[in-house]
Amino acid sequence: MKELWKGNEAIAEAAVRAGLDAYFGYPITPQTELLEYLSARLPALGKRVFLQAESELAAINMVYGAACAGARTMTSSSSPGFSLMQEGLSYIAASQVPCVVVDVMRGGPGLGNLAPTQADYFQMTKGGGHGDYHPIVLAPASVQEAVDLMYGAFELAEKYRTIVILAIDGNIGQMMEPVELPPMRERNKSDFGWELTGARGRERRIITSLFLKPEELEHMNTALQTKDQAVRANEVRYVERLTEDADLVLVAFGSAARISQTALKQARANGLAVGLFRPITLYPFPDQALARLSERVNQFLVVEMSAGQMVEDVRLAVERKAQVHLLGKMGGLVPMPDEILDRIYAHMPVREEAALTAEEALLAAYL
Amino acid sequence: MLNETLGVVYERPHTLTDVITHYCPGCTHGVIHRLVAEVMQELDIQHETIGVASVGCSVFAYNYLDCDFCEAAHGRAPAMATGVKRVHPDKIVFTYQGDGDLASIGLAEIVHAASRGENITVIFVNNGVYGMTGGQMAPTTLPGMKTTSSQTGRDVVTMGFPLRMSELLATTGGASYIVRRSVHDPGHINQTKKAIKKAFQVQMHGLGFALVEILSSCPVNWGMTAHDALDYIKEKMVTYFPLGDYKISDAVKALK
Repeated sequence: MKELWKGNEAIAEAAVRAGLDAYFGYPITPQTELLEYLSARLPALGKRVFLQAESELAAINMVYGAACAGARTMTSSSSPGFSLMQEGLSYIAASQVPCVVVDVMRGGPGLGNLAPTQADYFQMTKGGGHGDYHPIVLAPASVQEAVDLMYGAFELAEKYRTIVILAIDGNIGQMMEPVELPPMRERNKSDFGWELTGARGRERRIITSLFLKPEELEHMNTALQTKDQAVRANEVRYVERLTEDADLVLVAFGSAARISQTALKQARANGLAVGLFRPITLYPFPDQALARLSERVNQFLVVEMSAGQMVEDVRLAVERKAQVHLLGKMGGLVPMPDEILDRIYAHMPVREEAALTAEEALLAAYL
Repeated sequence: MLNETLGVVYERPHTLTDVITHYCPGCTHGVIHRLVAEVMQELDIQHETIGVASVGCSVFAYNYLDCDFCEAAHGRAPAMATGVKRVHPDKIVFTYQGDGDLASIGLAEIVHAASRGENITVIFVNNGVYGMTGGQMAPTTLPGMKTTSSQTGRDVVTMGFPLRMSELLATTGGASYIVRRSVHDPGHINQTKKAIKKAFQVQMHGLGFALVEILSSCPVNWGMTAHDALDYIKEKMVTYFPLGDYKISDAVKALK
């Protein structure tokens, strides 16, 4: 049965149903409903941990501790708070413990504003903290998809012992949509073989990110990179709409993709062969699928709520085989379908077979 | 036979690994490690304990204290320990932190862990200096004390005053056991051990936040002999950081 849920609260409930053991967070708009919801929901279930931390720094380090202890654990924040978490995320990545972070992005840089943007793309997909690592980054374009991705996020994090980030823009976090929530999952606590529980009846375990000998640190980094290759090989997700015959393909994620979809419909209604490519995983980025598309499509229009961040990955993927244009909206402004349509017209290649003969053009001019 | 008449009166606790530490000659970290190890053994909690190491000279505490361990980011050990303890409330969780870690970069984390009455044990080693990075001024460096980043001595006008952490933490509602001890001579080492034991017992009884601040020496970075460094604790540090019990809750007083 579908129910009307606000994005942030639906994500929180999906996390609970996915087996969330321990949540640590700090208030920040436009994410706060997630924290508020869990502050009531988790204690009511018993044996589940909710704690409002003194800062985002503390919150992510509490997550770090809970993850080392083998719990399904998460935090949520918004851009300035997410920046503060980068220290902890680097340690978590190096220690190879699983956790989930929800970033409901707002305007930046600095204190910015409370309006929705997608300008944390670099920070999420390129590592964010110091050292070589990439979290898995999932970008839903609806509340339902946010619920579905959240529901699978812990298992994905545990599979690779890595960080999974839900990239939510303020639109998805704040809007209400009908959603079908998944069933409550009862988790059989399994022994991962690495978590800290006290060394009764087994060898003691040490979880650390410190490897003073360069050869040992190289070994750890090699393990991270091997894992990264597996993530890139197995976890790429994306959606293509009407790309088969497209002369121009829009590339967008999250709510920018929703708006692009509207522009796409209008373009098609006007007879323009436009498609949409929507990455669901921002990392691993679907570069091979885009590269294949660029064998045939010459025009890409990237629509982002930033000065253009994902556009760099699109350009890398197509390797100059196609022209890549950008419609980037900053400051928390949201692109309108008409704006996208104008840019589609500006970049729409003229089809050779559809090109008018001189005779037809002359005729058209007189009609 | 001689051997038959002699019993073992002193040996390495089995909770301390049989390796040579990386600590400098004369450093009292080794003494404090041993005290923690003895307490773990005497309370029979080695296999229930999860340690949280911090950043500083004691970053490798997990190489010496033989139990499950994780290693926190600089200053964040109390937050990390909070995460571990909330997930495993039936386990014994402790942090081992120096003064740079606890009183400077990790000030917020330690104050809030104490304020929440987080049921963890904190071993706070105060030697008034950043040891690992080579002897810079710490939040606990005494006025006038020369360090590599206060080379003419700590001038309180421009560099501020040393923080008295036990006094500060004793004001928090959640703190149950806050004491300051020293390891500058055998008598004080024995008192320190009793305090460490009590701090773990507080946690075992679920009585809230327990911290033992231990005045410790850093001969190399203080530019003193090991012996002179111990005298420096006795004559100088104890004056600014008086030894004593700063908070003992009624429930802890009732512990026997």
